[in-house]
Amino acid sequence: MLPSYLTLAAILFCIGLYGALAKRNAIIVLLSLELMLNAVNLNLVAFSKYGVVPALTGQIFSIFTITVAAAEAAVGVAILIALFRARGTVDVHAFDRMRR
Amino acid sequence: MFNVDITGELVAFFAFAAIIIGGSVLMISLEKVVHMVISMAAAFLGLAGMYVLLDAEFVAFVQVLIYAGAVSILMIFGIMMTKHGGGDGQPARPLYEALVAVGALCLFGLFFYAIRTTEFPDAAPSAAVAEDNTMAIGELLFSGYIVPFELLSVLLTVAFIGAIALAKKGAD
Repeated sequence: MLPSYLTLAAILFCIGLYGALAKRNAIIVLLSLELMLNAVNLNLVAFSKYGVVPALTGQIFSIFTITVAAAEAAVGVAILIALFRARGTVDVHAFDRMRR
Repeated sequence: MFNVDITGELVAFFAFAAIIIGGSVLMISLEKVVHMVISMAAAFLGLAGMYVLLDAEFVAFVQVLIYAGAVSILMIFGIMMTKHGGGDGQPARPLYEALVAVGALCLFGLFFYAIRTTEFPDAAPSAAVAEDNTMAIGELLFSGYIVPFELLSVLLTVAFIGAIALAKKGAD
């Protein structure tokens, strides 16, 4: 069963990567990042059951990852609101001041 | 590989996998931003079901509370606070998007090749399945992982104070 879970996580990660790189709406980019973190969580939990040494450590790690992802989402939305106040848009292609 | 017998776990796995992949593909392809967040919440709920399937009940509840609850609501609030002019708009750079899609597909091909060619040794089945998943995780969290736990609580506090300061600054 382990390769099935790993393949599903790979599919999720690639969908999230495409969304994070190709989407223009910054909120959707944040959601795609969450999707990629979820794929990693699925891998951790799958290995904690089907790995060579089954242990609860994978689940602990996934809880830590979820916590960091929650902090990242909160700070990301706050930065997004501040950017929206400054620029009046959430299009990620408009946030290019540091490139120019 | 393909002559597996149909078990309950397999059926549940494919049902949850359909929910997860359908939700995430809809998230990529829908037009309105709120619909994207809702389909993403469906994918998060499917992942919670997948964790139940993997004997990780506590992680499943945390997933429902944090992702399907808090993160989705936070994103919807973010949508409410900002303005979205009718969907995602026209793709400005179709070549770029096609290149990104090809790159993601290549990465998936690499992952798939690596997964299929790796020999996964069979573990001693259900050696680690505790009777009370939540109690076992709690004991482990407060004995072996107490330092990362406290560091994470500090990180969460700093992140939320920072989020409040960032979002509040331009208001006045």
